[in-house]
This record gives sequence, C-alpha cells and structure tokens, in this order.
Amino acid sequence: MLIGKELWFRYAAQMPWVVQDQTISVAPGEVVGLMAPSGFGKTTLAKLLAGYLIPTKGQVSVDGQPLPRRRYCPVQLVFQNPELSVNPRWRIDQILREGYPPQMHQLDALGIHEGWLTRYPHELSGGELQRIAIARTLNSQTRYLIADEMTAMLDANTQALIWRAVLDYTRSHQIGVLVVSHDWPLVRRLCDRILDLATMHHSTLVSQ
Amino acid sequence: MLSVSNLSVTFKQYEQGLRRRQLTVITELDLDVKAGEVVAVVGASGSGKSLLAHAILGILPENATVGGTMLFQGQPLTPSRCQRLRGKAIALIPQSVGYLDPLMRVGQQVQRVAQLNGLSKPAARTAVKRTFDRYDLPPQAERCYPFQVSGGMARRVLVSTAVVSHAELIIADEPTPGLHPEVVVETLNHLRELAQEGRGVILITHDIEAALLVADRVAVFYAGTTAEIASTQDFAAGNLRHPYTQALWRSLPQNDFMPVPGNQPNPEALPVGCLFSDRCPWMTEACLPERPRLRTVRGGLVRCIHADR
Ligand code: SF4
Repeated sequence: MLIGKELWFRYAAQMPWVVQDQTISVAPGEVVGLMAPSGFGKTTLAKLLAGYLIPTKGQVSVDGQPLPRRRYCPVQLVFQNPELSVNPRWRIDQILREGYPPQMHQLDALGIHEGWLTRYPHELSGGELQRIAIARTLNSQTRYLIADEMTAMLDANTQALIWRAVLDYTRSHQIGVLVVSHDWPLVRRLCDRILDLATMHHSTLVSQ
Repeated sequence: MLSVSNLSVTFKQYEQGLRRRQLTVITELDLDVKAGEVVAVVGASGSGKSLLAHAILGILPENATVGGTMLFQGQPLTPSRCQRLRGKAIALIPQSVGYLDPLMRVGQQVQRVAQLNGLSKPAARTAVKRTFDRYDLPPQAERCYPFQVSGGMARRVLVSTAVVSHAELIIADEPTPGLHPEVVVETLNHLRELAQEGRGVILITHDIEAALLVADRVAVFYAGTTAEIASTQDFAAGNLRHPYTQALWRSLPQNDFMPVPGNQPNPEALPVGCLFSDRCPWMTEACLPERPRLRTVRGGLVRCIHADR
C-alpha cells in the first residue's frame, strides 16, 4: 500500500501552505483518480508521494517503509512535459538503459520505434518522448505510478494507445496507479475510485 | 482570407560525415480560413500542425524548402510579406507565457505590441487598459512579471497581445493542455469572440473535444497532410469520412477508447501511396500506387479513395 498520511507542505516557514492535511492511499493494482481545481496543490501532492519533495509534516510510506532517499524510488512520477525528465544530452537508448531497462515487448506495446533509440530527445516529438519517459518507469522496481496529466499533451488516439499499454502492464504486475487529471471522461474511464481534493468526498465509483 | 493549397515543407539535415537526410514533414497540405470563422487544426504531434503555423508566420528555419501556395487576402505570402504582416495583420497566440519576455512586466509587453502596430504611446496605454478590462485582468496584473500570473490569467494576457494587434488572422497554438476545464472554456470563448469581430481564427490543438466546442470546421492533419476537413457537426452525427478521423473520434475516453495501433510514418521514408495505408482497416491494393487526392464527399473534403463507401 502507498500511503501519504496527514501530509502538509510549504516551501518555507513564512510561506502559505500548498498542501494541507491530505491523506491518500493507493493499493497494489488499484487505479485511483485525483481531481481538483487549480490551486489545490495536486502537482505538489504528486511530488510528495513520489519523493521529489519532502513533506513539511506527515509521511509517505510504501508497505510500511518510508520512501528511500538514495535508491530507486518504488513510486515513479510521470509529468505532462517529458522534456523536463530526460537528460537532453543522452541518446534515447542510453536514457532507457539507465536504471532498470524495460523489456522490448513493452517498448512495442507503447508504440516505440526502434529507429527512435539512436536519436536524441530534441529529435523526437513531445508524444514520442513521452512514451520513452513512460517506458522508463515500467520496470520490476516500480510499485506505484503517479501520472500527472501524463497524456494531456497527446491526441486522443495516442492517449488511448498509451493508457491501454500502461494499464495492461500495471494490472498484470499489481502496480498501483494514481491518475492526476482535469479530464473527467478520462478519469472515469481509467479509474476504480476517484478522489476530489476540493470536497475530499471519497466518491466511490464507478466501474465500466 | 487565408488559402493554403498543396503546401509542402522539406528539411535538409546534414549528419556527421555529411550524409544528407531529407525529411518531408508537410506534403500536400490544404486549408482555407474565412473571415469570421474558427477553423481547428487537429492531429497528433508530428502531424504538421505547428509547422503550418510557422509557414504562415514565415518563421520556418533556414534549412526548410517550401512548395505549394499560400494566399492571404488574395495575395501570395512571400517571405518578405510574411515578415511585414507578422504580429500585425497575422498574429500568434503562443502556447505559454514562456514565449513572453521573462524580464518585462506583462502590461508593458502588451503595450509594446500595440505600439508596433502603429499606435502612439498614449493610445497604446489606453488599448492595454481597455483590453485588460475586457478580459477581467485586474490593473495590478499589468505590473506582474510573466512568472507571477496564474495559468488562467496567463491565457488572458496572451489573448490580449493578439487583440491589441488588430490582426485579421489569429493563430492560437495549443492554448489548452492541462488547464482546468473552466479555463479551457473561457479560453475557447475568447477565440469565438475574436471570430465574431470578423477575424479569422486558426485553433491548433491535439484536443478534439476542445476543437468541437468552438470551431466551425475541423481540419484533421495526419503525417503532414490534410486527411479531412469536416464541419463540427459531422463528428457527433457520424458523418466522418476518413478512417483516421473516425479512429480519433472512437478513441476518446467517452466513446470507445479504442485506438488504432501504430504510428505516423517516418518522414524520412514516406510511402508512395496513402500515408495512412499501413494502419488503415480499409486499405486495398488501390491505395498503394499514389497519394489520394483531396476531394469532396458528403459536403466535406477528404483524402481517401474509399471514403464514399
Ligand atoms: S486511401 Fe486507402 S489506405 Fe488511405 S485512408 Fe483511404 S482506404 Fe485507407
């Protein structure tokens, strides 16, 4: 279980709270949607859960253990803009080999062309690069995936292709997924359960 | 107002060892925009949407070769004419405040655009005030730097830059991704208003739903070509002509969420025949020898030989 317990966050003591007393949990294999208007600290919450930021108060744990500070984090975060998450000077195959390389058939399922592997990030389109960023997280060390507007930049066909491939993988490997998005039809389509930060009504939902 | 026909754009690239690569990124692209209408240009990344905007604005890189014709107000858009019109008769609403000067207050930037369009300094000040008022931007917003404005406010600042320019043709490049639904609707409404004032508006987006909320017509681009130009009503009415447009529509999460597998073809090695042939469920031998022409089927334009079946 991924648990963020009574999380508070602000950048400095004088600054306003960005995240206030949020508790959130995702079970293995579960797909949870997280919605909220802008200004509710969704992206900050995503970063706290993936260890990119340290909560000012509260804690994040996976199976009762705190997130590791140095080793590969079992909670992986994919953002809207892949440009920020890859090293621009590395070739794509280097980027994929760093850490725990994904398997060939996963690259296939995500529609990644072999020809992309010898290129550099700036030679791929945003949609192509996003698939690389996703492929990098689908490995045996990842237990939870946080998708923060992961497909907001992509056309409907590519969005559906990518999500089908990702959910196939996460379902068969019991990976929990947190879908952070403004796109209500998408969240409804993907998620077993939806949280709305604005009301924190834990609306129980809704299977297809 | 704008008429693009048979546009092509090719890039020459030199790699190590002077091996030359030729990338055909736009092939046989067509689009026309009338005064008072919003035309959405929809497609995947790499479909040529943004390059079309760059071609119209005359800001393609040096190594690009352009073919075909682009007419604006009946006259060819030559590089020197593009340069004269850019920011004046033809304006871009950019994707993000990242395109604004980070060190200049936003009010000043909008005012500078107005002055570049021939307004005197006092007249430009008034135009900025009036425009900020129109878009509910508080007077303090003028004094903000780009990084200080919220997502929704940033959109309104960017629209303001186009409005003070008195442009007849406005190109909005991906104005909505990741925005909250209310801000999306607000942004699209602004585009609609600009068309109602008699301007032509091109909305470049990967988001079909956003396009259908505001556009009169939708041009669907695929691998650098115009696959189909349909009216907005054609989508919900099931009157789509091209198998790719149908696939885009079906793959929406509120429809079937059923994508067609595969990718757009590699611009280094485009097929001779239909650019969609390697993914198309209707493909036959007849699709392979040459590119299908853009033709009229059921009141819309489509580049598919089997579209009337
Ligand atoms: S021309 Fe043939 S391959 Fe191309 S879209 Fe039409 S049916 Fe499909």
